Parts: sequence; C-alpha cells; structure tokens
Amino acid sequence: MSVRVPLPRWVDVALLPVLNVVLAFLIGGLIVLSVGQNPLDAVGYMIYGAFGYGSGFGYTLYYTTDFIFAGLAVSLAFHAGMFNIGPEGQAYVAGLGVIIVALLFNGLHWALMFPLMIIAGGLFGAFWAFIPGYLQAKRGSHIVITTILFNFIAISLMGYVITKILKPAGVDSDESAPIQAISRVPQLREFLALFKNSPVNLTFLLAIVALFFVYWLVWRTKFGYAMRTLGRNPTAARYAGISSSRMIMTTMALSGALAAMVAVNNVGGVQGRLILNFVAGAGFVGVAVAFMGKAHPVGVALASLLFGALYQGGQELAFSMPGITREMIVTIQALVILFTGAMGDMLRIPLEKLFARWQRPAGGG
Amino acid sequence: MATQTSSKQRLETAAALAPAIELRGINKHFGAVHANRDIDLIVRRGTVHGIVGENGAGKSTLMSILYGFYTADSGEILVNGKPQTITDSRHALALGIGMVHQHFMLVENFSVLENVVLGAEDSPLLAKTLSHARAQLKRLATDYGLEVDPDAIIEDLSVGQQQRVEILKALYRGAEILILDEPTGVLTPAEADHLFRILRTLRDEGKTILLITHKLREIMAITDEVSVMRQGAMVKTLVTAETSPPELAEAMVGRRVLLRVEKGPAAPGKVMLEVQNLVVTDDFGIPRVKDVSFSVRAGEIVGIAGVSGNGQSELLEAISGMRDQLLGTVMLNGEPLSLRGDDGAHRARLAGLAHVPEDRQRMGLVTVFQEWENSILGYHHEYGKGPGLDIAKAKAEAKERIAKFDIRPANSDLKTANFSGGNQQKIVLAREMEGNPDVLIVGQPTRGVDIGAIEFIHNQIIKMRDAGKAILLVSVELDEIRSLSDRILVLFDGHIVGEADPATADEGELGLLMAGVTKDGHAPDAGPGTVPAHETLIEKNLTQMSPQDNKDKSGLDE
Repeated sequence: MSVRVPLPRWVDVALLPVLNVVLAFLIGGLIVLSVGQNPLDAVGYMIYGAFGYGSGFGYTLYYTTDFIFAGLAVSLAFHAGMFNIGPEGQAYVAGLGVIIVALLFNGLHWALMFPLMIIAGGLFGAFWAFIPGYLQAKRGSHIVITTILFNFIAISLMGYVITKILKPAGVDSDESAPIQAISRVPQLREFLALFKNSPVNLTFLLAIVALFFVYWLVWRTKFGYAMRTLGRNPTAARYAGISSSRMIMTTMALSGALAAMVAVNNVGGVQGRLILNFVAGAGFVGVAVAFMGKAHPVGVALASLLFGALYQGGQELAFSMPGITREMIVTIQALVILFTGAMGDMLRIPLEKLFARWQRPAGGG
Repeated sequence: MATQTSSKQRLETAAALAPAIELRGINKHFGAVHANRDIDLIVRRGTVHGIVGENGAGKSTLMSILYGFYTADSGEILVNGKPQTITDSRHALALGIGMVHQHFMLVENFSVLENVVLGAEDSPLLAKTLSHARAQLKRLATDYGLEVDPDAIIEDLSVGQQQRVEILKALYRGAEILILDEPTGVLTPAEADHLFRILRTLRDEGKTILLITHKLREIMAITDEVSVMRQGAMVKTLVTAETSPPELAEAMVGRRVLLRVEKGPAAPGKVMLEVQNLVVTDDFGIPRVKDVSFSVRAGEIVGIAGVSGNGQSELLEAISGMRDQLLGTVMLNGEPLSLRGDDGAHRARLAGLAHVPEDRQRMGLVTVFQEWENSILGYHHEYGKGPGLDIAKAKAEAKERIAKFDIRPANSDLKTANFSGGNQQKIVLAREMEGNPDVLIVGQPTRGVDIGAIEFIHNQIIKMRDAGKAILLVSVELDEIRSLSDRILVLFDGHIVGEADPATADEGELGLLMAGVTKDGHAPDAGPGTVPAHETLIEKNLTQMSPQDNKDKSGLDE
C-alpha cells in the first residue's frame, strides 16, 4: 500500500519547477549579495538582456534553438529508458556531415541546401549515437558510459579532422572553409527586422517543428507506444514481443539525429563554417533541459527558453555589472541546473505532505 | 487431534488473562483512502489468531501499525493490558512483538547464525555474540522443534527452512507475539504442515500468534479465533471451531461466494500446443526445465502443479516466446515456434497464442500506463494502418472490455496502478481472451486476487475451454489446479514427475509428487545444475511428517 499521495498534476508540472527556479535564484541572489552587488538589479539586467530588446531576444532564441534540439534528443532516448548523455558529441560529429554537403554543393541556394544539411547532419549524428545503441543492444555496454566516452572520441576526432583536413592553407584559426552566403540557412532578421544582428535563423522554426514531431512520435504512433513500453517496463516489452535491441538502436539513431540539428543551426546558419568546439556545451545543457522539462516537448520548450534567457541574460549581466564576473554567472546557471535537474524532487515530499494535509478535511476524514 | 479439543479450554483460560494485544478504535488514512476504520481487536494470549480479508481490506496496514511501520491517526494499542505508542519496529520488538514477513528479509550469503544475530549484536566483537546465539538457537530448536543448522548458508536452504530462520530471528529477539504475513504462499503442502506444527508448539509454549492469510483452509486448520476484515473495517471475530469456510468467505466478500468451480466434462479436440523435449535455462544459464514433453488439445485445460520455483516460470516464458529454448521444440497449431531475436513473443501471438503471465505487474502490464494503453499491450500493431496509433479504436475496445469483464473503476483513462490486483488481472485476461487465441497459457491466474474476482476469473477460463481453446494452466495453488484442470501434470525440479486425473487424485498423492517423491519412492534423477541440498531437505521434511496431517485437513476445504 502506498503511503505517499501523489501531487495534483498542476503542482507537479508547473509549481514544482517554478519553485525550483525561484530557489536557485534566491541562492544565486545571496551569492550576488555576498560580493556587494544588488541582486534585484542583477535580475533586472538579466531579464532586460534576454527579452528587453530585439537583438537580445534574438540571441535568446538562438540559444533556445540549440537547447530544444539537445533537450529533445535526451528526452526521446529517455522515453525508451535510455540516458543519452552524448548529444554534445553527436552534434559535433554532425557538424562534419553539414560541412561536407555544404562545401560539396557550395553556392547552391539555401532552399535546397537547408534540407541537404538536415539530412547529412542528421545521418552523421544518428550514426554517432547508433554505435552506443548497438553496443548496448548487442553487447550490453551501458549507454550512459558509452555516450559519455563518445563525446571525448568526438572531440578528438573532430579536432583532427578540422585542424588537419578541413582547415584551408593559409588560414590561422582552426576552422573549415566558409559556406557561401547564398547557401547558408537564412537569418530571421531577413524577414523580421526586430532581430537586428542576432544569429537566430530558420533552424529555430525547425526546432518548433521538431517539438511537434517528437510529441507525435512518442504519444501518437505505434513506434512511440513500443518505445514507452520498453522505457517503463522492459520485461513487459519482452512479453509484448517488442524487440528491445531494434528499439534501442532505432531510438538512439533518432536521438542522435535530433542532436545533429544543433550543427545545422551553428555550422549552417550562424558561423557558416565548421569551427573547433562549436557546440560549446549546448549538448550538456540539453540533459538539464530534458530533466527540467520532464522529457515532454512543452516542458523542453519552456526549459530551453529559460536556459536561453539565462545564457543571453548572463552575457548582458557580465557586460552591465562589472562587479559580477563570468564565473559568477556560470555559478548561477549551475544552480538552476542543480535545483531543477539533480535536486528537482527535493521539494516534492514536503509539498506532498502539505497537500495531503489540505486535502484531508475536504476528503471526508 | 488434541489441539482441536483443547481450543475451547485455551480460549477460556486466555479470557481470564489480559489480552496479548488489544486495539481500540484504530483509524488510518492515506490521503482520501480510509485504510483502517475504527478497528477493535482482541488477541488473546497463548492463542493463534487468524486475520482474513481480501486484498485492500486493510490487513497489512493494521499489522504495519502494530509493528510500528505506520502510526495510527487515532485509536489505542494495548500490549499485555498496557497502552503503548509503538514508534518503530525496534520498539515493537522491545514490547515482544515480532514479524515474519511474506518476503524474507535474509542476507542470502550469510549463515543462519549470522542472519539471526544481524542487528541484534550485543557486543562489538562478533565472536561473543555468535557463541551466545549458538547456545540460544540450540535451546530454541529443542523447545519449539525449530531445527535448522546454524552454520548453513541461507541460499542453500529450502524456502521452508528459510522461513524457520525468520521465526528464529524473531524468537531470538524475545518475541512473545509473532505476526506471520501470508506464511504459506511459498511452501509445499508438506512444508506448510511442518510450519503449522511449529506454530502449534509455539502456541502450546505460551506464545501468541497472529496469522494473516487469505487461505480459509489454513484458518480452519490452525487458528483458535479468526477476525474478518472488509474495506478497512473489522467485520467480525469468530471462534474458529464454530464457523465454516463459506461463512468466512461471505463475511470477507459481503455476499455469497461459490468456492467450487462448476464445470462440465471436457471435449478435447486436436492437439494445439505440443512441447517436445524442452530444455530451458534461467538468466544465469542454469537449466530449469529439463526435457519436458506434453501436449494440450483444443477444448481441454491442462494444469501444471508444482511448488513455486520448480521451472514453471521458465516453461511459461519459453512457450510464450519470451525465453530461448536450449533444446526441444514448441509446436503451436502444428507449426514450430521460431525464437530468433528478442521478439519471439510477437511471433507466438501471430501463431495464435495468448499469454496471461504469472506476474502481471512485472510482465503483463505497464502500471504507469493508462488502462486503455495496457489493453493493447502486445497487440498494438493491430491498431491503425501506417505508423500512427489508432487511439480512438483502442479506447473504444478498452471500454467494451471494461463492460464485459466488469473492470472497476470503469475508466479507461485511469492509470493502471490505481486498479486493484483483481481488476488489473481482469485487464490482462480481457486483453488475452478477447484476442480470440487458439491457445491460452495462464500463469497464476488468481495470485493476489480477491475471492469475488477469483470466481469470475475461473468461470472465464472454463468458458474459454468450452469455446474450444487449448488452455495450459500453471498455478501454485493446488486447489485451483484441481478444480479447473481436466488433466494435471506435476512439475518438480524441471521434470514432469507425474500425471494425475483431478477427479481421482487425492491431495496427499499430489503433495508427494510436488515434493519430488514419485510412486517408487525416489526423487527423479537430478540433471545438471540442480541444487542437491534442496531436494534432500524436502525429503527430510517428509520423513518428519505423518501422512495423517494431510488427511485431517483435506476435508476442511468443502
């Protein structure tokens, strides 16, 4: 018999995450206070920086795009019962796929190039995630370990490919040859002047599509049903005749393909070339995003926006309040990850007790 | 038997003493659920007191309150006449209340002695505690007939002996009042008899025993008084000698219940399921099914009797395509079942097999899914053309099944975990039966299911048989096997050790077969990978048991 009374749904999906973010900001505020700065000012700068003006908002959406893809990649694998910690490496390797088609067909109109980049990047990302999936399905190697290690392999491999193969002669920085302007994913500012010089591009719309796609795939298809069965109860999946090995490999490949869109955003849209370490941690933020968003597309979208705002607002804060260093901003971001991800359930039991107490007089006791 | 005649005297003498346990007005809520309402209970000293009730009647909650796991919202607990607030199990033990759990709390690779002293060490140096405990165990063994080798390792012991270690643990800690939660679920009939003899000895030595069970024949066999719980309330307390199983069943369910299954003769047709020389290993590669052959015809129920853990699970899983066969063949409708890959269960279903698994929560259901989602588990390919899942169709069919199988609450959107055990089982049965299979294999169809639902489930299985389906039934409940089956096969240590006709077989004979003793008096040749200690220990139990013990009780389940 269960002693704990589950929380009402709105508390679970809305109140709890909000409280966690508030808690993270309160503690972050104490840190700001301890270096003699005004936390309220700091929050004001952050919000202004993230949403207050067109270019800032554009940057927020650019970061959000990356986080949505990485968050969806982790979420999808999570529904099949796997913890994919490798979107960072999968996105990085996908960059190779994007740059290969882009340089091969350099000069092609973006309307043709954009789908090509999605396909090529997707295939490379899928391949990089498929290998840990295969090792898990056929060899029993734990996916958490392999996906983490594959990030390191990706870093070394890509470092070699970029510096030794792709880097054109006579260029000092570690990057590939550039993609011509006509072939790049167009910036949203070309359609909406609001975004000024910010890097948000058409990939943002692709992210929105991906949110709907993942929802459909997980909750509206037979494949999604089988995936959730495997994730929730592997024994029942076996009983139902669902092939777990096939499921693991397919889901990991799809997960990697989602992570790969980070490369389309950056390589094909923003930088227009493949540069060293372009993923810059977005893959890891995806893990926190998926956690906070409870692996649901709506949650992933909101969590991505929050982290996008934290990234962009943090830049603004460092710029506007010199007393607050970059490291302190990273600390605040880490606090949000800590409270929403790792300690996301800290307040659950106190809240359950609180609600149980409220309900008892009403429940006819 | 002497114990039966003295039951009345015992109750009379006990009435003069302060009760071992008295509960007054106990209430316990879990959120909106009123798990225990105004419970009054008097357990007299030196008696065996039974508590019966369906799942969710509140038995376990009440015992947990008594043992200090939960605190009651209101009410009083008196131990030996003194009001007590029991805060945790340590406190309960200090008051002399010990618990023998349904699932044993033993460290498998420790010796008996080490398990007994675990958590009750009286000195930082183990040697002193152990020598003290060794002497103590010897005394307990002679006083109560609780013979266990103190140096044996737990994992080498039979289940019955492990249970004795649990009892010893409680006695070693000075328990005067023993609570046993469904103690016979894992035992052979012989082991259960041995347990009852121990309990009688304990009672005669002045211990008080609280026995929680859903098996009415055990209540009739061993208790002095019995209390019936229903929907969180204490319905009545009866003197066992003055009541009968039908009366108890009616009190538990709240209506009249048929304890016997009504069925006509079978009309077997052609062979639908044929198992030939099947060898199956468990997850560790140890053979559990050893060269088993049998067949099931259309329109008959073949029951496989046996004590839990003798290869039933592996047999069911191999036939249903969930587990690789090492050797041998499974023929479904004349076609061999191919087991390539890890989706054999899918191919078995395509070949016309339906499977009600032994463990519905671990295997047959995804408990976090909504009811309608579980209603298509294993058949989800059939819902919708293309990649999309036809949710509307799935929900419509789920609703039909809810009505047909009287699944409560009648809400296909409700999370499956929120259904009771009996209703969860009905969800599985409805799914597997409504797929119109040729062969239905059913494992433990009524494990953890209320008496009211048992009747329904049994009737559904008979109905399937009469519709011409071939049914393989595996159950550790001998009564169930006997009342449903048209033929009985007995499985022991992975071998089929005998076949019996349910109309003529008597319980003693089946019990011996289940313990591996065949007609010529020998346990069958043990194949590779057996645990030799297991069967010798059972044999040892058997020599200590008089056949009379079985005869006495076989008349009680009428």
